[in-house]
Amino acid sequence: MKRGLIWLAAMTVPLLAAESNSFLIRNATVHPVSGPKIENTSVLVMDGKIADIGPKLAAKGKLKVIEGKGLHVYPGMIDAGSPIGLSEISSIRETVDTGEIGEFNPQLRALVAVNPESESIPVTRANGITTVVATPGNLGGGRGASSSVISGQMSMIHLNGWTWEEMEVKRNVGLQITWPVIASGGGRGGDPEMAARFGIRRTPYAEAKKNQEALVLKLREFFESARRYQQAKAAGEPGLKPDLKMEAMIPVLEGKVAVVVFASREREIREAVQWAEKEKVKLVLANVRRPGKMTTELASKKIPVVLGSTFTPPLEDDDPYDEPFSLPGELAKAGVKFCFASFGTQFARNLPYEAAQAVPFGLPYEEALKSVTLNTAEIFGVADQFGSVDKGKVADLIVTDGDPLEIQTQLKYMFVAGVQVDLESKHTKLYKKYLARP
Amino acid sequence: MKALIGLLTMAGLCCAQNVTVIQNGIIHTVTKGTFTGSIVIRDGKIAEVGEKVMTPGGAKIVDATGKHVMPGIIDAHTHIALDSINEGSISVSSMVDIGQMLNPESKSIYQALAGGVTTANTMHGSANSIGGQNVVFKMRWGNNADGLVFKEAKPSLKMALGENVKRSGNPQGGGFQMQGTQNLRYPGTRMGVEDVIRDAYTRAREYQKEIKEYEAKKAKGEVALPPKRDLQLEPLVEVLEGKRIVHAHCYRSDEILMLLRVFDDFGIKGVVFQHVLEGYKVAKEIAAGGHSASTFSDWWNYKIEAADAIPYNAAIMQKKGVLVSLNSDDAGGAELGRRLNTEAAKVMKYGGLTEEEAIAMITINPARQMQIDKWVGSIETGKDADIVIYDKNPLSMYSKVEKVFIEGKQYFDRDSDVTARPKTEAKKNGLIQKEKETEKRNMPQTMPQTRRPS
Repeated sequence: MKRGLIWLAAMTVPLLAAESNSFLIRNATVHPVSGPKIENTSVLVMDGKIADIGPKLAAKGKLKVIEGKGLHVYPGMIDAGSPIGLSEISSIRETVDTGEIGEFNPQLRALVAVNPESESIPVTRANGITTVVATPGNLGGGRGASSSVISGQMSMIHLNGWTWEEMEVKRNVGLQITWPVIASGGGRGGDPEMAARFGIRRTPYAEAKKNQEALVLKLREFFESARRYQQAKAAGEPGLKPDLKMEAMIPVLEGKVAVVVFASREREIREAVQWAEKEKVKLVLANVRRPGKMTTELASKKIPVVLGSTFTPPLEDDDPYDEPFSLPGELAKAGVKFCFASFGTQFARNLPYEAAQAVPFGLPYEEALKSVTLNTAEIFGVADQFGSVDKGKVADLIVTDGDPLEIQTQLKYMFVAGVQVDLESKHTKLYKKYLARP
Repeated sequence: MKALIGLLTMAGLCCAQNVTVIQNGIIHTVTKGTFTGSIVIRDGKIAEVGEKVMTPGGAKIVDATGKHVMPGIIDAHTHIALDSINEGSISVSSMVDIGQMLNPESKSIYQALAGGVTTANTMHGSANSIGGQNVVFKMRWGNNADGLVFKEAKPSLKMALGENVKRSGNPQGGGFQMQGTQNLRYPGTRMGVEDVIRDAYTRAREYQKEIKEYEAKKAKGEVALPPKRDLQLEPLVEVLEGKRIVHAHCYRSDEILMLLRVFDDFGIKGVVFQHVLEGYKVAKEIAAGGHSASTFSDWWNYKIEAADAIPYNAAIMQKKGVLVSLNSDDAGGAELGRRLNTEAAKVMKYGGLTEEEAIAMITINPARQMQIDKWVGSIETGKDADIVIYDKNPLSMYSKVEKVFIEGKQYFDRDSDVTARPKTEAKKNGLIQKEKETEKRNMPQTMPQTRRPS
């Protein structure tokens, strides 16, 4: 009874008043993801960091206490690629800030165009996603209208903060590159009859191949220019004028920032891997769909992969019906490290279910959970601070009544860097309003 | 006693042809509760279902121990298996019939089947205020187009409101953007949309009157000339007479209310409001009109008329007395349609509906909306044996479809599918090899036949 009262008193303290970032969750089941689950234990968070995890932690002073009996603590999930904050309503150009004009834009930063008031933020958050890799380019593996090759810098952001500065986790986690594809019109694997019916001109294969090779050559030349700029700058060459595009390439050439190359099929993947080796840059592949014989190479060369949504039909008509569902399991079996991205805003909240969909088709559950938490942090180089419930890490935590990869599970609390965030959104507000309509 | 058992077995043997028994599964009947039991299928129909059933000797046994057994999923709104979707040239295209576009070789049929879908309403698109006639079909993979059609299903008509209709010309032709050469087409506003619809049904009413007058004269033996047959208005007359169901694509509450009032004025009942993403704002009015709603679980914000879409839509409408189903709106390949089971779980997450209510939204509710519940939508004696077996609870992300039966015949088996893959792959490679050799021999090249013969 007394304990109940204390808990009640603790809960009625206005949560956001001072943006307190210290609290204790007690008697919960903790799923660190980095290791096996720990039952009946407590998590102490001090100044936004996980200070301790153990069975007998006590709250000191006026520390907020959350009774975790019957509840589960997981790390906040990370969406490895979404234009969240940059794209509001995808069909209305005025609300979309991805896909800048021009082929090579390494100087563009996704971070500065994130609208902290985007409706997508609270909606996505409500399903357990605390963190997103914001993408500057158009997505979809090169099928879009944009001919962009280098789209800009991907930024890791927290889905909480008054400004994009406060939302920043790491402003440059990768350079978004779309590997050129041989596009002969109507999309690869496109229906030639449909293309004909809608008056789409099909480029002959030989011509399409020439176009692709020319674009790849341009990419090589761009990197060559960047390298010369880097050398000239290092040598203190007199008269060298600062160039923002070239400056932006230096951390990539130094191997400090990865290139995140969108390449879906075996041919593009092979080309991208060979290119990255030659350029000696750190490679992450994205939107991989058909790695084929490259799978073993990705594993042996330890090239990580950002997978897109499993919620898609098979790539080709004669593919097995479960092709998108079984790919993650096959990659895991081969030893390829990967994480999941929504590559969108509308369904970013379904990130956990994208990963779960692969489980009945061969992906071990633990891998599915890692692929939306720790793997993502590791692939983007922030695992020292994020991705798991471990002592010393930033307290990005979710508290649920069950497995967060299951649809029916409800999120009870979310903490971003130790600050409790609101789980209400436009959706819950409209729900309450109209449910109450007389 | 022993003799009696013997006799029963004999009797069983004599009648066990075409009998399958799905044994010992967790049966979600949808309408009569969930329990562990068995289903006897005879001649494609459910002959018996219960915790204990009489298993006729010689019956084919399907062991479902520990598995979940559910009625086949019904997708109330899809565009799969079609050669074309929109007749986008005119605002009232009720004369076109999507049934003639059904492509039985479309792989989307098999993909839907493998996701537990047994029946689907594949529809005309949303380019026009009044679109075309739709077709309800079953995923009887391997049959020709005629063999797919759900013959008993009541005919229906697609209608559409809002952005797609206002946009000039064809907005959605297979995902390709139209060129800027299209002529402007009336209507261009929601006001115009109402006018087009009222005008069409007014003309239909006049046409109906002419037909009735002609028939009355004829019955009296008077000399009478039949009115000129109007293929555009004929389906609308059927709507007025309750012989054809309307499926109306809509988003915003204002346009939903507008259409409700138009239907009131013309006495049109039993309409299925499709997408109906702001249905939750006018749930009371939809329910009062006796109409129903078929929606998405969680689509939102992909266009401005979807800005107020919320995942609680289905739950609110259900709580306010509207019959609700969930659909896929798939086109091209089957995507959402093949995971409607977990889409249904979202009405439990968003709005707290029960497991039974969730499953009803993809089985019996769409069956009622399409008026085919006499045959499908639940596991009940006398209904078609359209049954799906899952390895786990179908509302769990970790479940997958193992077997699908349509009218008792097994059309999908995961094990067989997986086993057959190396053979299919070898066959494909063989064909590619053959094609390459043909090319080498410099033979006149023939295009592979991808379309079915018309």
